[in-house]
Amino acid sequence: MSALNLKKGATSHSAYDLRDPHLEHRETHTLAVLVDNEAGVLARVIGLFAGRGYNIDSLTVAEVDHEGHLSRITVVTRGTPAVIEQIKAQLGRLVPVHKVNDLTVEGPSVERELSLFKVAGTGDKRVEALRLADIFRANVVDSTLESFVFEITGTPEKIDAFADLMRPLGLIDVARTGVAALSRGT
Amino acid sequence: MVVEALKDQGVEVVFGYPGGAVLPIYDEVFQQNDIRHILVRHEQGAVHMAEGYARSTGKPGVVLVTSGPGATNAVTGLTDALMDSIPLVVLTGQVPTFMIGTDGFQEADTVGITRPCTKHNWLVKETDALASTLHQAFHVATSGRPGPVLIDIPKDVQFANGTYVPPNAAKVSHYQPKVKGDAAAVEALVELMEKAQRPIFYTGGGVINSGPEASALLRKLAAATGFPVTSTLMGLGAYPASGKNWIGMLGMHGLYEANLAMHGCDLMINVGARFDDRITGRIADFSPKSKKAHIDIDPSSINKVIHVDVPIVGDVGNVLADVLKLWEARGSKVNKAGLAKWWGQIEQWKLKKCLNYNNSSKVIKPQYALERLEALTKDRDRYITTEVGQHQMWAAQYLTFEDPNRWMTSGGLGTMGYGLPASIGVQVAHPDALVINVAGEASWLMNMQEMGTAVQFRAPVKQFILNNERLGMVRQWQQLLHGERYSQSWSEALPDFVKLAEAFGCKGIRCQDPKDLDDAIMEMLDYDGPVIFDCLVEKHENCYPMIPSGKPHNEMLLGDAGVEDAIGAKGAVLV
Repeated sequence: MSALNLKKGATSHSAYDLRDPHLEHRETHTLAVLVDNEAGVLARVIGLFAGRGYNIDSLTVAEVDHEGHLSRITVVTRGTPAVIEQIKAQLGRLVPVHKVNDLTVEGPSVERELSLFKVAGTGDKRVEALRLADIFRANVVDSTLESFVFEITGTPEKIDAFADLMRPLGLIDVARTGVAALSRGT
Repeated sequence: MVVEALKDQGVEVVFGYPGGAVLPIYDEVFQQNDIRHILVRHEQGAVHMAEGYARSTGKPGVVLVTSGPGATNAVTGLTDALMDSIPLVVLTGQVPTFMIGTDGFQEADTVGITRPCTKHNWLVKETDALASTLHQAFHVATSGRPGPVLIDIPKDVQFANGTYVPPNAAKVSHYQPKVKGDAAAVEALVELMEKAQRPIFYTGGGVINSGPEASALLRKLAAATGFPVTSTLMGLGAYPASGKNWIGMLGMHGLYEANLAMHGCDLMINVGARFDDRITGRIADFSPKSKKAHIDIDPSSINKVIHVDVPIVGDVGNVLADVLKLWEARGSKVNKAGLAKWWGQIEQWKLKKCLNYNNSSKVIKPQYALERLEALTKDRDRYITTEVGQHQMWAAQYLTFEDPNRWMTSGGLGTMGYGLPASIGVQVAHPDALVINVAGEASWLMNMQEMGTAVQFRAPVKQFILNNERLGMVRQWQQLLHGERYSQSWSEALPDFVKLAEAFGCKGIRCQDPKDLDDAIMEMLDYDGPVIFDCLVEKHENCYPMIPSGKPHNEMLLGDAGVEDAIGAKGAVLV
């Protein structure tokens, strides 16, 4: 815990291990959480992450079964293997949670994220933005004489790469949905 | 409808305090005689009373309070119940649905505030959903790992007419925690038990929560295997203190033999405990040579703090029955030679007599006060509650418990002010029993207003206050960790407890001479009503044994000698 300025090993005299276990062997996992679509359920899940000091890299949530009142929360999180196991166990014991799937370890899965990019510019930059958008299979969903809004779908890595390319070309605004994911096969 | 649902759930008593937003429910309470209502003096008291009621009966405790301040005052009790896995159903009033969000009078975001301190909570916006939500609440509070739940009911929902559904017609919840342990894991544990040379049962509150059957099975299994049994603060009474295999409580102020047995064992069988930091001490040096099995109904307790070799998710009673059955079916084998040697070692440790203290003929030592209380009450139908601090640890060390549900203390949260209201809750559940709250004067003052409740409802609770005019545990830590700089751990201007008792309309007794102690205790026991017993004790007594912050089990302090330099500077960072 750097705030206390404790050297590694210096907390061996304490009842608590003051070193942050999150610093070592962090893994990124995508969890799919099926929950009752009831008031406050998202606050409950987010509150669990905040209250126990877990990370949220991205979060998406929407109703997936209207009749069954079920929503699916897809959360991308980071932590040591032990912390990831805790996160799953803690989520699993919430009363409105039906199922927790760790898509990262439970076989292959597909992950997609949708984003909108507003890029402003004229002349060569504008042409270059349009050309790159074509390479990335981004669609133009709005255009003015000075700007485009591109829609792009893909893995978070692909969207990061597109953002890096758009930045010098006049990127002025980004909206990202966060990851939605499903396991492959049946 | 609320009262009808409570009746159908078998509720006999409700602890509560009325207010604007729950008046319709209170009107229903007035017009019936099946459910008794105990009027408290502060909502925190209501929740602790319900905890005392729940823990001493195994049934869920029920609380009824109003919106806003009524709900926020209940938060400490809810958190306490969550930490100690106590089943509670708390009903709060709320402003009418159309006023929610307008900062109305006595409005608070109750479900928001209590979300992290309840097992689950609900805001009921439709009267038709009220009955099924109430039934669901009882189901959630009592299934799996028990805990507090809260239902927030807006005033218009209370007034409106809706359709009542009885419990058996209510929607079946998908919330059905696993109670049966995995067969392969049970077998793995039995295999370890057959070979272990230095086994130990490390039992916790989960045994008590699982019900009397679990305690009976633990006793049977311990007797059949001959394994030693230690327990956490929360689990006292699950295995009897007079039992042959009992080696005392473990933990920060646990017994020498229990902690060293935990440190030196080769098979640790955790039964319904959760490797709390007061138990483990320094994690890196916690029981380094043992294989560890962990029986817990809550999957998130497994591998949370300590990595275990054999996790068994399930109800303690259910799993112990399977373990016993399989172990017997395989021939009831144990490593007899190893076990005999292990007990020899434990007997050696017991010779330390770690609970010895220097008695005095001039001043009452707190340990002596508890020894006398124990001697004079242990054969009675007795229930003990405590506040939090030194007296709590001494009570755990010097009082003995033969049965589960007889010992009510705030373990996880460490809530000062718990004991007095809890004692009233216990007394309400067991009107003819002897209920004693072992208290420190500082903790006791935190909820002393509840003496009014005890007097009004004729709950003859005995408040046994070990008065050292100090915040004893804080003072002890300041002595050991902070260079004897006693910052704010000394209360001046304490009330005269005898006069205070008179003011409340009950009996006050003061005792400061060890010679008078027995007579004074007898006077307390003989009085047919609530008593405040002001026992003036040694002011600077320390609670030992103690595993100082940052030390493993085998580096325990046994007395004032050797205290200096026992705790490194880094240990002082901790609580």
